[in-house]
Amino acid sequence: MSLAESRVPAGVNPPTEVSGNGAGSRRTVAPPTPVRRKPRPRRPREWTSADVWTLVGSVVSAACLNWLVLVRLTTGASWFGFLLCAYATFLVVFYVTTKDRLGKLVAVDRLATVVIVTSAVVVLIPLVLLVAYVLVEGLKALRLTFFVDDQTGITPIMPSTAGGGSHAIVGTVQQVGLALLWSLPLSLACAVFLNETRSRWRRPVRIFVDAMSGLPSIVAGLFIFATLILPFAKSGNPLFGFNGFMASLALAITMIPTITRTVEVVLRLVPDGLREASLAMGASRARTVWSVVFPTARTGMTTAVVLGIARAVGETAPLLFTAFGYDLMNANPFEGPQESLPLFVFRNIRKPDVAAIERGFAGALVLMIIVLALFALARFIGRDKSKQVAKRTRARAAERQARLEARPTVDQESQP
Amino acid sequence: MMTEVPPPPPARSTRTPREIVDVPSRVDRRFNRLTLASGLFVLVLLTLVGFFLLWQSRDALESQGLWGFLTTEEWRTDVDPPRIGVLGLMVGTVLVAIVAVVLAVPFGVLASLFITEYALNVRKYLIAIVDLLAAVPSLLFGLWGFLYLSDKVVPISRWLTDNLGFIPIFETDEGAVLFGSIFIAGIVVSLMSLPIVTSVVREVFSQTPPGEKEAALALGGTRWGMIRTVVLPYGRGGIIGGSMLGLGRALGETIAVALLLPGVPEVTFKILQNGGATVAGFIANRAGSDEFTVSGLMAAGLVLFVVTLATNMLASVVVNRSRSGQGVEL
Repeated sequence: MSLAESRVPAGVNPPTEVSGNGAGSRRTVAPPTPVRRKPRPRRPREWTSADVWTLVGSVVSAACLNWLVLVRLTTGASWFGFLLCAYATFLVVFYVTTKDRLGKLVAVDRLATVVIVTSAVVVLIPLVLLVAYVLVEGLKALRLTFFVDDQTGITPIMPSTAGGGSHAIVGTVQQVGLALLWSLPLSLACAVFLNETRSRWRRPVRIFVDAMSGLPSIVAGLFIFATLILPFAKSGNPLFGFNGFMASLALAITMIPTITRTVEVVLRLVPDGLREASLAMGASRARTVWSVVFPTARTGMTTAVVLGIARAVGETAPLLFTAFGYDLMNANPFEGPQESLPLFVFRNIRKPDVAAIERGFAGALVLMIIVLALFALARFIGRDKSKQVAKRTRARAAERQARLEARPTVDQESQP
Repeated sequence: MMTEVPPPPPARSTRTPREIVDVPSRVDRRFNRLTLASGLFVLVLLTLVGFFLLWQSRDALESQGLWGFLTTEEWRTDVDPPRIGVLGLMVGTVLVAIVAVVLAVPFGVLASLFITEYALNVRKYLIAIVDLLAAVPSLLFGLWGFLYLSDKVVPISRWLTDNLGFIPIFETDEGAVLFGSIFIAGIVVSLMSLPIVTSVVREVFSQTPPGEKEAALALGGTRWGMIRTVVLPYGRGGIIGGSMLGLGRALGETIAVALLLPGVPEVTFKILQNGGATVAGFIANRAGSDEFTVSGLMAAGLVLFVVTLATNMLASVVVNRSRSGQGVEL
């Protein structure tokens, strides 16, 4: 393998030179004096203009061939079939042409490059389509009243712009806020346990946290339903019925493993030297964690928590068996079923009338904006500050230098 | 100066090194206890999940028997005695997950290769986009798949069954409806397992020893040659583990499937036509049912819980092993 590959540049380079700037090399050869040419760097990866034209030509020829065969000569191919066949033909044409020009090894390399680049582009397409679709559909019914009204007195014949989702927004904020209240201290303590102590229970706990992060979110809701709602159903206590508090517990179960794992990764990045310095100066472990490790890892931890919130905001499945959903405003999370944005969307788009579906899309757009905003916030907090800091220190140093140089004149000027 | 080397202390060889004792202060003891408690709480929580699901599902399991519950295909509470079981649901779940993984893994691996080996300038943005894909709520994917993608996929299904119908899995009944099929659900779920596959595989690929990559290039290998002989063999454990993590994610996917599949449990392998249900989606669609149904749902949830737990644990073992360098032949 390696022997065969080692011959690549030798087999490759002469043709590239001829096709690239053949005229130039011919002119330098003309004088008979034995001038030793400087060895040119050999770059088998380089895409010359000839390569680009090969690519374009392959695309065009594949498209034309498939159009001729699939559209003109036969019928019944959908656009997808056309695309698939055309892509396959393109790969074959491109491979054969490149092989003819530059040899088999380069052809395989180019083929792999093309396949890898196209698949990376294909991965992006659904995301773009999804965001565009929700945006277009959501804007149809989204009015400012969406943030003020609930679904009081909404009948199927009313237009989609009537009514709103304020009850859902209130529910989401309360449920996620409460869930954060339960899960944040626990996840932080758990991450500290995994990274800062030397207990022999760390290994099983880590395995369980990993396993819990793969827990289907519907099971979390089902668990709260089975533990707290069903056994107390006959007691009539509204705290143990469908309400926002139960939803927050279910959400907390889904949040704990994600926050724990990400915070643990961040804590691992804190240099050991800082910890050792603190311990060597006689600080307790608790003090070290509180005053050295946490401040150092603060931005990373904030990013982790914000991402955890972003995940929890969009969770629907745990709420089905806990918050249950409700069409009117219920601002008390401890009593009675409560709506939330995902539930509002889920319930509305399954209704048969068009207006309800459009209302669901308005909710989906608000949900998407919230999630994207949280995501952007997390990226903003966790952005790479090293360049900024360097710039700031440099600016400060320059300033100090300027002040030092300017001091005598400043003093003279300030005195009068 | 060189002559004044002090003789080694004679006592050293006879004295044993001082024993290190860790005497935590009162604050530290409290700190240790608190963190240990929170760690154990997670352990207990997961055990409780299994225990309570089992406890609440006792009605259904008693009436059907464990084996009966696992092997009954249909879910009928309207007949007497009721016949409910998880077999039809599990078949649907596994089929959706397999379709999702089959679609997500090649794209995930190729995208990770693109991120680690090709896109050196835009790597940061690509990683952000994959993270964003993971942050988009599954509800939005389900919504998009339900109201937009289904219409676009049906012609593909039609084309597949018309042209490749002789392959058993592409077979459909005469005049079957192609909406709400396992295939469509699998496509949507694959978008949700793609980010996790990509991030795991990317991480493993980026840990490929640079020396060996450079050696492959220095021997005159092309970039693809380097990837094929160094990166892919090194990342094999990561690819397998990442696929299994993606499978675990796909098995538990709820909302998208609840929107897309009709929710009729059946053992069918005709993935292109309307039909089928998954455990999670089925449970989601039956929120607020009567007591016996709920107990059956708990039992189904328990089966799902056990299966996803097993898949995920196996996956993390595989991934961790590949990270520590074992199981990698070079």
